[in-house]
Amino acid sequence: MARIGNAKQLAEYRKQVKASKPESRKAIAVCAGTGCKAFGSFELFEAFREALARHELDRQWDLRATGCHGFCERGPLVLFFPDGMLYQRVKSSDVDEIVQTTLKQGKVVDRLLYTDPQSGDAYIKERDIPFYKHQRRLVLEQNGQIDPCSIDDYIALGGYSALAKALAMGPHRVLDEVERAHLRGRGGAGFPAGRKWKTCRGTESDKRYIICNADEGDPGAFMDRSVLEGNPHSVLEGMIIGAFAIGADEGWVYVRQEYPLAIERLELALEAARAKGLLGEDILGSGFAFDVHINRGGGAFVCGEESALIASLEGRRGVPRRRPPYPAVAGLHGKPTNINNVETWANVPLIVGKGADWFRSIGTEGSKGTKIFSLVGKVNNTGLVEVPMGMPLRQIVEDIGGGIPGGKRFKAVQTGGPSGGCLPADKLDVAVDFDSLTAEGSMMGSGGMIVMDEDTCMVDVARYFVGFLKFESCGNCTSCRDGLERMHELLTDITEGRGTDETIALLEDLAATVKATSLCALGTTAVNPVQSTLKYFRDEYEAHVRDKRCPARVCKALISYTIDNDACTGCTLCAKRCPQDAISGQKKGPHTIDQDKCIKCGICRDVCTYDAVRVE
Amino acid sequence: MSAPPVDIGRVDRVLARHPAGVQGELINVLHDLQAELRYLPRQALERAASHLGVPEAHLFGVATFYEGFHLEPRGEHICTVCMGTACHVRGAPRLVEQAERDLGIRAGQTTPDMRLTLETVNCVGACALGPLVIFDGKYHGNMTPDRLGRLIGKLAKKGSE
Amino acid sequence: MERRFKINDIDVKARAGEHLLDVARRYGFEIPSLCHHEALPPIGACRICLVEVAWGGRRELCTSCNFEVIEGMQVTTDTPAVQHHRAMNLELLLARAPGSARLRELAAQYGVRRTRFGPPATSPLPNCILCELCVRACEQLGNHALTMVGRGDKKRIGLAFNSPSEQCTGCASCASVCPTECIPVKDTAAGRTIWGQTHPLVLCKVCGAPVMTERQRAKAIAKKGLPEEYYDFCESCKQSTASKRFASIVW
Repeated sequence: MARIGNAKQLAEYRKQVKASKPESRKAIAVCAGTGCKAFGSFELFEAFREALARHELDRQWDLRATGCHGFCERGPLVLFFPDGMLYQRVKSSDVDEIVQTTLKQGKVVDRLLYTDPQSGDAYIKERDIPFYKHQRRLVLEQNGQIDPCSIDDYIALGGYSALAKALAMGPHRVLDEVERAHLRGRGGAGFPAGRKWKTCRGTESDKRYIICNADEGDPGAFMDRSVLEGNPHSVLEGMIIGAFAIGADEGWVYVRQEYPLAIERLELALEAARAKGLLGEDILGSGFAFDVHINRGGGAFVCGEESALIASLEGRRGVPRRRPPYPAVAGLHGKPTNINNVETWANVPLIVGKGADWFRSIGTEGSKGTKIFSLVGKVNNTGLVEVPMGMPLRQIVEDIGGGIPGGKRFKAVQTGGPSGGCLPADKLDVAVDFDSLTAEGSMMGSGGMIVMDEDTCMVDVARYFVGFLKFESCGNCTSCRDGLERMHELLTDITEGRGTDETIALLEDLAATVKATSLCALGTTAVNPVQSTLKYFRDEYEAHVRDKRCPARVCKALISYTIDNDACTGCTLCAKRCPQDAISGQKKGPHTIDQDKCIKCGICRDVCTYDAVRVE
Repeated sequence: MSAPPVDIGRVDRVLARHPAGVQGELINVLHDLQAELRYLPRQALERAASHLGVPEAHLFGVATFYEGFHLEPRGEHICTVCMGTACHVRGAPRLVEQAERDLGIRAGQTTPDMRLTLETVNCVGACALGPLVIFDGKYHGNMTPDRLGRLIGKLAKKGSE
Repeated sequence: MERRFKINDIDVKARAGEHLLDVARRYGFEIPSLCHHEALPPIGACRICLVEVAWGGRRELCTSCNFEVIEGMQVTTDTPAVQHHRAMNLELLLARAPGSARLRELAAQYGVRRTRFGPPATSPLPNCILCELCVRACEQLGNHALTMVGRGDKKRIGLAFNSPSEQCTGCASCASVCPTECIPVKDTAAGRTIWGQTHPLVLCKVCGAPVMTERQRAKAIAKKGLPEEYYDFCESCKQSTASKRFASIVW
């Protein structure tokens, strides 16, 4: 694999690659994201490979394993090019039929199409499916198209042309373009990237670093993982452009070790880029030198905070320090360091390639471009969605997410990860952008979006997040370390029926101090789930403390399981599965639960096929 | 049960892959040592400290700060219950309770016969599969307490054979 | 470079890069704190030295120990918000260290006479408030015997591998810098017992008072290259011996 010496050679090379893989060529793209892999897409890929060879179709059909297509709920996904047909929940055993019917006869296998559970409509093309139709995929556009292990696939679709353009523009025009695009950091705080870059560039130093923050620690979020797994070169290209603009010669990707596939694909991307002369010495003959290292995170949520991340990169405990000085002035090893997260970096080639004006045309006044969310929880279409900034929350949950499963009632949606707030139904029309979400007591965060239905107890949810954060607190500040531990105790008291009105009052008082006096954003935002649920779901707290009742029937101490004699057929299944032998009854006779023995594990309710187990 | 002796040669081969005296390598070194030895025994950490030129106390402070590092031997099998938010609202706490009940240990502990370690993880980003259990690296999606009980039961049977 | 700003409406001056708490104390302002020592790098752990700072249209409640002074800022040391949050953080700490007289006294000044919280779930060292002064002192002295272990609500002070450390010289600086006096240290004829080991002591050749531990002396000799005899006497005997010698020369 020869080095590409300059921009002209890059264009020529692209032509060659395209000639060998014309867009009109037929291709089968099997999603190899973590979700689909877990559903067996690797085996599926192998089955396709074997079948194509057996039927001698491998010359007519390209087969590729791609990154996450986003529609994880329906995995494994298989996309057909060039016409964009999508099959969902495909199993290895379906491959023969697909070959016979679709590949050979050009007909559709109807049962593999996505069918809307509500309307019953079946969709052939991916782009027509409601889940995709309302999205605007810019960063994720190539995820389902390219093989993330192939730099040629990326180059064929225009990859690294933005880098060539940036090198021709010179660092200062790149800085201006990124600033003018008003790209705000996608990692949480939404700080304008252009301003940060300029500060870093403007700080006198013999050495500067850039860092890609891929320590995506938010539970319920996998945006960055999917971008790294599905299109690692887009992130890398963004970093190289950024390094050129800022004047850095060394970069780091700090990636969660829980993401082995992302690390593997990133390593491949780095090697391929080096071999092509797109990374390393004299990039595209420009004289600019830059290289990237990978550092695996140790498993600490707080390292998503930039000063903690730097501490971790320096081989220390990931404890945040007071800013200023900001890393852009004094960061890694005391040198000016620019940190952006994966999604932010992946936006850079788009901005440089298509221009700031194009980017500014998408989104709202204060928030430009798109944002990726991982839409999870009690929603029909779990997956990864990318929408223009400013889309109403309702459209994301209802149109893209397809509403709540099982005909249940929507209760809340939490945006912004563990430190985000829970917004109730009457806030569903809020525009999803940095400022609107903050104004409602939640936040954009890095893009976790968790939907909750009537069966979710908001006190339990608040307790869950506080429990997570007290565990993830670095432990430096009294307010965060002890404050969160005490808040967790108070929330436990409430969920276990020991709470009073004073418990709620103390909880609120304590939350105010944790928010006001903690050093880093982990502490100051940790109380959002508590404060927002107290604001919007206070009646649930009060039901717990005053009536000793959990309205969602989640909190174990406040519920009991009983068997409805009219519905029970005496099948004995529950009695067999009960781990405590708490259920007694004759075969074909009514069963009863011994309340003293019952540990409320809920297995009886899970296994009962007659819906005879009641929770009160 | 006392820990098996540590093969220092293996430790040194791992350390040789990392430059000496560079503190920034610390976390990568710990990852590689753990990948080699399944956990981080004291002797390995002592050698790592001297290789990287950092005080042992510092290294111990770092190793205990991060959740990904295990300073105690782990079981032959690892059962990890995802505790991410999506898994939580879909019932992950009940899975942990089930496993704890069946195995007679708490999350984070290993069975006395060293056969299985029960762990929790704060989200692996496979939220569509939730609630999720990872058994020796294999993802088991849409898990129920009943199914998990049977999965663990199978392992126990194998153990008594 | 000089920085000029106001504390409680009084003009003050400081060097650029100085921390607010040090400056305030130099000017005689009283700001309580538990995790600060002027010879050690600040970490902002106890969250007691809170003040309100206003500059450039911003207003922030922050800890003064790790706040680098800003030209033209206005600092208020005792607003109702400062008092309120100080009181809450003191109440949290009081649950950790109910045995500390200094903490009880400070808390009482803010109206906190009892804490509504029970003992914390993890606290192997009673009355430790996790201020890290001991760890920082140990590091600053180049001993590196102590470290923070774990994180979050499980964070604690400890030794590498939770076992007695060869690095520990028994100097007891950790104990002397501890604001809640929670590190047990005991001098007996056998030596000084601290952190799980007993260090033999060097006794003064004149009065028999403990001078330092043998490990401390060995380390000092290696570091400073002075003869062993230099460490044979306690400070007061050293002084009186020197003055006697001085007298014999003069007269």
